[in-house]
Amino acid sequence: MDYIWLIPLVPAAGAALNGLLGIRWFGRALAGALACAAVAVALGLSIWAFVGLVALPPDARVHDVVLAAWIPAIPLETAADIGMFSVNWTARLDPLAAIMLLVVTGVGFLIHVYATAYMLDEPRGGYARFFCYLNLFCFFMLVLVLAGNLLVLFVGWEGVGLCSYLLIGFWYEKNSAADAGKKAFLVNRIGDWGFLLGIFLVFFTFGSLDFREMATAVAAMPRERTGFGVLSAICILLFAGAAGKSAQIPLHIWLPDAMEGPMPASALIHAATMVTAGVYMVARNAVLFDHAPLVMQIVAVVGVLTALMAATIGLVQNDIKRVLAYSTVSQIGYMFLATGVGAFTAAVFHLMTHAFFKALLFLGCGSVIHAMAGQQDMQCMGGLRKYMPVTFSTMLIGAFAIAGIPPLSGFFSKDEILYRAFIGNRILWGIATATALLTALYMFRLMTLTFSGGYRGPQGSPLASPAAVAEAALHGARHPHDAHAHGEADRENHEVTHGPADLLREDHARPGPSEGSPAITGPLMALAVGVIVVGFFGMPEALGGTNAIERFLTPSFAGSAGVLTGHADAALSRVAALGLMLCSTLVSVAGILLARHVYLRNPEWPRQLAARWHGMYTFLLNKYYLDELYSATVVRGTIAAARGLFAFDRRVVDGAVGALRWLTLLASWLSHMFDKHVLDGLVKLVGWTAGRASFVVRRLQTGLVQNYALVIVLGLFAFLTVFLFAR
Amino acid sequence: MMPITPYHYLVLAAALFAIGLVGVMVRRNIIIVLMSIELMLNAVNINLAAFSYQLHDAAGQVFAIFIVAVAAAEAAVGLGIILAFFRNKETVNIDDMNIMRW
Amino acid sequence: MTFLNHHLLSVILFTPLAGAVVLLFVKRRQEETIRWIANAFGVAGFTVSIPLWFRFQPFGDPWQFVERAEWIPSIGAAYFLGVDGLSALLVLLTTLVGAIAILSSWTAITERVKEYYIFLLLLQTGLIGAFVALDTLLFFLFWEVMLVPMYFLIGMWGGGRPLYSAIKFFLYTFAGSVVMLLGILALYFVNHAATGVYSFDLTQFQQLSVPFDVQKWIFLALFLGFAVKVPIFPFHTWLPDAHTDAPTAGSVMLAAIMLKMGTYGFIRFSLPILPDATHYFVPLVAGLSIVGIIYGALVALAQSDWKRLVAYSSVSHMGLVMLGMFALTPVGITGSIVQQINHAISTGALFLIVGIVYERRQSNEISEFGGLSKVMPVLATVFLIMTMSSIGLPALNGFIGEILILQGLYVVHKTWAAIAASGIVLGAAYMLWLYQRTMFGKIDNPANAAMKDLNAREIATFVPLVALAVWIGIYPEPVLRRLQSSVGRVVVRVNSVYGPAIAKAEAACNRPAAPVVIPGAPAGLMLTPPCETPAGAPPPKPAQGGR
Repeated sequence: MDYIWLIPLVPAAGAALNGLLGIRWFGRALAGALACAAVAVALGLSIWAFVGLVALPPDARVHDVVLAAWIPAIPLETAADIGMFSVNWTARLDPLAAIMLLVVTGVGFLIHVYATAYMLDEPRGGYARFFCYLNLFCFFMLVLVLAGNLLVLFVGWEGVGLCSYLLIGFWYEKNSAADAGKKAFLVNRIGDWGFLLGIFLVFFTFGSLDFREMATAVAAMPRERTGFGVLSAICILLFAGAAGKSAQIPLHIWLPDAMEGPMPASALIHAATMVTAGVYMVARNAVLFDHAPLVMQIVAVVGVLTALMAATIGLVQNDIKRVLAYSTVSQIGYMFLATGVGAFTAAVFHLMTHAFFKALLFLGCGSVIHAMAGQQDMQCMGGLRKYMPVTFSTMLIGAFAIAGIPPLSGFFSKDEILYRAFIGNRILWGIATATALLTALYMFRLMTLTFSGGYRGPQGSPLASPAAVAEAALHGARHPHDAHAHGEADRENHEVTHGPADLLREDHARPGPSEGSPAITGPLMALAVGVIVVGFFGMPEALGGTNAIERFLTPSFAGSAGVLTGHADAALSRVAALGLMLCSTLVSVAGILLARHVYLRNPEWPRQLAARWHGMYTFLLNKYYLDELYSATVVRGTIAAARGLFAFDRRVVDGAVGALRWLTLLASWLSHMFDKHVLDGLVKLVGWTAGRASFVVRRLQTGLVQNYALVIVLGLFAFLTVFLFAR
Repeated sequence: MMPITPYHYLVLAAALFAIGLVGVMVRRNIIIVLMSIELMLNAVNINLAAFSYQLHDAAGQVFAIFIVAVAAAEAAVGLGIILAFFRNKETVNIDDMNIMRW
Repeated sequence: MTFLNHHLLSVILFTPLAGAVVLLFVKRRQEETIRWIANAFGVAGFTVSIPLWFRFQPFGDPWQFVERAEWIPSIGAAYFLGVDGLSALLVLLTTLVGAIAILSSWTAITERVKEYYIFLLLLQTGLIGAFVALDTLLFFLFWEVMLVPMYFLIGMWGGGRPLYSAIKFFLYTFAGSVVMLLGILALYFVNHAATGVYSFDLTQFQQLSVPFDVQKWIFLALFLGFAVKVPIFPFHTWLPDAHTDAPTAGSVMLAAIMLKMGTYGFIRFSLPILPDATHYFVPLVAGLSIVGIIYGALVALAQSDWKRLVAYSSVSHMGLVMLGMFALTPVGITGSIVQQINHAISTGALFLIVGIVYERRQSNEISEFGGLSKVMPVLATVFLIMTMSSIGLPALNGFIGEILILQGLYVVHKTWAAIAASGIVLGAAYMLWLYQRTMFGKIDNPANAAMKDLNAREIATFVPLVALAVWIGIYPEPVLRRLQSSVGRVVVRVNSVYGPAIAKAEAACNRPAAPVVIPGAPAGLMLTPPCETPAGAPPPKPAQGGR
């Protein structure tokens, strides 16, 4: 286990190879294989580390590895005295990290495999670039997971943010993709602002950023039951970061837009792993959060509100990917609800099951979109069950899991959360249960619109190549039948005559929506198996299970009193627990049946409902107008401030410099004038006087030598006369 | 026969000098002015030679020879200037020679 | 070799000057020869400075590689050179960036090539001189010497309104430095009053205890000189003009090195010589710095000119540098110095990038571009790395500086740190927006479709910068170790609270070679122990177990 630090480095090497050499020289097969191999090795190492960890006694399942000094010790004062600010590259393996390692590398590997087929339409360089980013993401995510202190965690944290930025903006020629990437990064940055301040406060309070030392220090401090003290301040700041990364209110707006990225990236980053990093971080600091009950309440409330809000929005969206995105936001809300009520293991368990079923749903959705040649509007799908049986059945498993149907994994984890919420706060439980109903409803709305009923797409469009699409447009013209135009009864028939079978007859290379290659269906099936199996690790005791996950994870949260005491003191009787399970199952089933009833049997209902509550509908469809609100206030405000300050800079600050310049010029002109007219004037006056005077005298100077000679002689005579006679 | 005394020399020289002086001052032809200057110089030479003989001192005669040499040089330069002037102005009238005036 | 041992700093200082002198004797029409010679001297300048890195002893004498000779004995001025960790790093940075600047000009400059390189080399000598001078008068001499070549570089090879910018730059800086000279002279006389010796010796100045009233005035005088150079908020308007209109290499030298003169001056003069005044003026300087951080970032957001945007980002970054310094904690000052180096790397590279694009398209207007990723993938990659470095992405150099500055500030002034940290959000906003507008999107402008990606020479200018960015980001320990005792000396003067802790930290590092054990570290895995073993020994090869 001393070599756990190699786990992130293997994908890093893959990313470096693909980035430096691959984009220019590697073929598709080599680039894809390299990336998959890197993650596979990381997966193998993770399993090895996991096995090694399990072999240890439960109390000893923490292993820290210090690689090197990152920031060497520098004196810095803290709340107590002058300490040393020092950060090491530390990797820490404990049950929490081990679970996350498996999730990240396991799901990551499957998604890599899926991507090798999904991204085949990309040009060669883009293909390698994509896998470079994916591997880089795995690297940073594993750094995040293995981090032994807050600052190393922050490295992974920002690194996955960078990869998210790059992958969302992967098709950078699309402005919407570039915008979405930027938005994701900036919204995350706002959260990170809080995270950074939290880190600073952690050091100031504890004199260290190391998780182990933090936990020790916190355990010695009293819980802040009433006041909002320093621990609460730390927690709220850290939670701001978590809310940004995990798309919680009010920073959730970036995640739906992030669906601009390629599907495997969305599945890996924006569903399975990165967005749950916030939950992981809160769970990692369980002891800290446990000492700040007020913040825990805030976390729970934010979580449950996010869950509810995202579910309501998901109910009316038509873009299949956006529905899943809101579903992700909603499910992460559940996780925060769990952490908020102190059920850290439930949160992590749900994180894990969610990683499986949401990755499955996303990949299935990718399979659908791939088959539909990029069409993402569910209104234009329908009846795909026939053409894509594997996708349908695996997605159905995923949908049942997210809806919470036993005995799939989602049931166990969600039920655990509801159970703990019930103990903690009945109102939260009520909202969470309502959200569960909505979850089942929107999920089966998606399933129904996509897979059941009749095919509503343009007849020829579900094709891959652009040429075929153009061809398909011709078909559409030849068969101008719209599914909506035909009655319900006609639909089946219509499909048979004008559906993809039509195309088959006309010898098209890829007739209609169909399953992709084994590289696409394989991961789907593997994930479906995972969705079924994973839940049993967390089978609650009420059902006769052992709740292995909880036992395994508990040491990671040891020291957080709520986890232990909450479990011991407030446990409900077995009957009550079973009753709750029954209740949530019934709610889910009700949601599913409602969805089937509304969207399959009475497709007019939603439209009528939307017409009746038009305001409500548009409000939901426009995502509570939060994007508009932010863009009107924060974005516009910033831009306006920027423009205003620039004008200020030019006019006032530089204007002052300019004024100084003009003043100097004016002064110099004035002195020039003084110099020219006054000082120089005096000099000139002297010259002028001399000149005028000389005019008088120069008459004497005739220029005739004889005159001069005459004067000389006369002078001589005069002189001699005086000299000789006048003496 | 009456012996020639320095007195005679002085009268001769004074007369010669006066003739030269008047010539310089009243004549307008520059060549005549130049010749008049020569007369004045030679008047001086006569004085120098007379007193040299009288006083038995050769220095006076040396001076006289110097003056003859300088007068020759002066006449050459002066005639050169006059010639150059004449080529430009086609006149030797001294009244026309005022171009160097302020 | 002995000569080199005893006169290393002089050799470093005069190598570029020698290059300039050699160029004087080359015929102006032999442009290729001139370029080769200039580049050779650029590389040579860096090569001779490399011993500064390896032979510098982080915990040795306070001033190393000292050289001393009489200069003007009648007033006590001497040719007195020496470096500590701070100036050693800055000299290395100068020689490296100088070589890069020369290399980057190969095809960019086609007129008056000879004069251009002469001025560039002359500039480098001026910059190095200011960093290595330990005699204040000598410092001032070099401080002024560097203005002249810069003036000509902007005025003769600039674009836009070069003469306006050059004169503005010159006069603005010059006005500041005249006041600074007054401050230096005041110190000179204070020193005479205290010791009875007329001397410009900086090391003696640093031991003076100047009366508080006098300190205040001297601080203000020096402040004006340094603040213009940094530039601190209201004195910054020369910078966007000068940067925008200067030729690429000029912008690079200006941003990467010359701005550091101001911050260097603060650390070298204001803090250790005038500790009480420094404390007294912390609110003023920190306030202006915070305003500068937010203000620079916001104004950068409003720019439509690529180069001007980077210039305003400099205002923001240098505000952060000043803020970290005036936290007056060891971590803050260390961060401030690291951030100076980072700023040199990232902003230098950003100016190179703008220059390369300008050379191909003769335009800096952001709206002219878009979709360059498609045609210039290598440039896009380098630009991305430098953008990330500039906005402080962890594992790149910018993060180390920011985290040290903000952490060092946070323990003293929480609100200031919170406001300053919000500058990081804004920094991401303007840089990413710039990146999107230039690199992303479709190629709308047909002129951009034919742009060539970087050639080998241009890649060569970026390689050292990228390598440094990654290295400092991941393993800043060698840099921080070299700074430790110099920063310690400054902090002890200005913030005596830290005296014992610094002494302890140094003692820990001066201990004879005892294996430093970090709990949990597997044997043989440590890259380097956190402290250097005996002072004076060459740095041992890191034990690279397993890697």
